Amino acid sequence: MVPYLFLGFAAMLVATALMVVLHKNPVTSALFLVLAFCSLAGIYLLMHAEFLGMVQIIVYAGAIMVLFLFVIMYLNLKHDIETGVQTAVRRGLGWAMGGLLLLSAGALMARGWSLGPVNAELPAQGAGNAAAIGRVLYSRYLFPFEITSILLLVAMVGAIVIAKGRKSEGGEDE
Amino acid sequence: MIPLTWSLALSAVLFTIGVVGVLVRRNALVIFMSIELMLNAANLAFVSFAQQSKSLDGQIFVFFVMTVAAAEVAVGLAIIVNVFRLRETVFVDEINLLKG
Repeated sequence: MVPYLFLGFAAMLVATALMVVLHKNPVTSALFLVLAFCSLAGIYLLMHAEFLGMVQIIVYAGAIMVLFLFVIMYLNLKHDIETGVQTAVRRGLGWAMGGLLLLSAGALMARGWSLGPVNAELPAQGAGNAAAIGRVLYSRYLFPFEITSILLLVAMVGAIVIAKGRKSEGGEDE
Repeated sequence: MIPLTWSLALSAVLFTIGVVGVLVRRNALVIFMSIELMLNAANLAFVSFAQQSKSLDGQIFVFFVMTVAAAEVAVGLAIIVNVFRLRETVFVDEINLLKG
């Protein structure tokens, strides 16, 4: 059952990610990206990362995509006009580079490689993924966690300052 | 349990789609979305290795990557809004003030 669900979610993920890249209208791209994040959350659930699946939906499909859609609609963009020889050349080069990257990834995975020893100190299943993550996050990773809060604060202040626009030389708003 | 190779292959495909999106599109917002796709491909690789090695450290890293992505999107979209105010465009090949 689980492998079929994984294949279904994977197919949906690849299809929606391709639509994000290929669709002309940015709003449609953003909505397909929401769908891609939801299918990735399903894959996380299948991999016993229940907490991350929930956070994926809340943070990505909720917060980040709302921000994206807000900015797209705020800027009132037209469809992309993509014609001309230069665009065609660039697009061909882009797809060629992508194919090359995928080939090199396949070559890397086809080589013989193995994982390190299995670390069985933290059972992910059983008592609940969120509780286990909380236990690790607030003990071993407490300092990075606190640094993260400072990062978010700085990003918030920076975004407000940048988006507010600059003042003219006299000190009044433009 | 899902084989590690499957999820790594899916991660590679997702990353490649993100790279192609950055290279092919000229709308700065769509380029940003492609960067999000690449970050999610890295997250998927982290989660699959965490599942394989029965450790939670990979999942903690995904948590941090998500936080950094949220901060990056906030600042990046503010920059794009500002660029649109100055240049009236979000197409990256028309924002060429530094080009000689």
